[in-house]
Amino acid sequence: MADIHALALRHHFATPAQQKDASTLGMWVFLVTEIMFFGGLFSGYVVYRSLFPGVFAAASHHLDITLGALNTAVLICSSLTMALAVRSAQLGARRLLVGFLSSTLLLGSVFLVIKSIEWWHKYTEGHIPGPWFRWEQAGAGNAQIFFSLYFSLTGLHALHMVIGVGLLAVLAIRAWRGRFSSAYYTPVDLTGLYWHFVDIVWIFLFPLLYLIGRHEV
Amino acid sequence: MEHVESKRVYLLVFAALLALTAVTTGVAFLDLGPLNTIVALAIAVAKAAVVVLFFMHLRHSGRMTKVVLLAGIFWLALLIALTLGDYFTRGWLKAA
Repeated sequence: MADIHALALRHHFATPAQQKDASTLGMWVFLVTEIMFFGGLFSGYVVYRSLFPGVFAAASHHLDITLGALNTAVLICSSLTMALAVRSAQLGARRLLVGFLSSTLLLGSVFLVIKSIEWWHKYTEGHIPGPWFRWEQAGAGNAQIFFSLYFSLTGLHALHMVIGVGLLAVLAIRAWRGRFSSAYYTPVDLTGLYWHFVDIVWIFLFPLLYLIGRHEV
Repeated sequence: MEHVESKRVYLLVFAALLALTAVTTGVAFLDLGPLNTIVALAIAVAKAAVVVLFFMHLRHSGRMTKVVLLAGIFWLALLIALTLGDYFTRGWLKAA
């Protein structure tokens, strides 16, 4: 087992610890680019919501708050199992690592299924922006801006989830084959950072999309 | 060697996150005026901070990692502040 991480040490790093630090920092830099990526859409949302607060509150009412809250809880559970997966890797507990990675994968898939059900509801209600958009109240044009932002934000978030689920599947297989040890588990650690970041994006999407102006109308 | 967090800390963080989700959902049904948005965002920031500090181990990360994250948040604040500065001041010249 000892040569696994000895082989994995690249020649330009002095120690495995230094290599791990560099990988972690690189992942954080990537996550900062992700903050800016979602940040553009978030600021678009802030601008349009401040321009059309009434229509945005009315459109927000058409989202299913129960499914939204349920999905928030599912993601929080998946973040817990991911954190426990990294902990198992740190302790070199292979079976626990495989178990927690699989649970995270499963919870991520549950999130995606619930999200698809919500999108299907939006489709049957005619809330897809475009020529078939149905809106009985005033401000159909501005309501389409809300739903465009809703589908862009939740769609890109779901795409990140799909990528995360794929990464978890690869990790679970590699963990099962004993590729990780308490001395080398960098991929598990970095995927954990990515998974928690995607959770944080949803932590902001849930109140912004589902909860605004809920008490009105 | 990396810091290994205790299971108890993770479970407490998990409970706090679920509790905050319940609170933010409940508060959304109360009419607090402009406070609704502020409370919802404050709870979201608190949840994000807990995830970053505990689940993402920022508590035990090096200074360099912390600087990178703060730089990212600062840049996001610039993006939003300057965009809003543009939109909210567009009427000023016509009024003058």
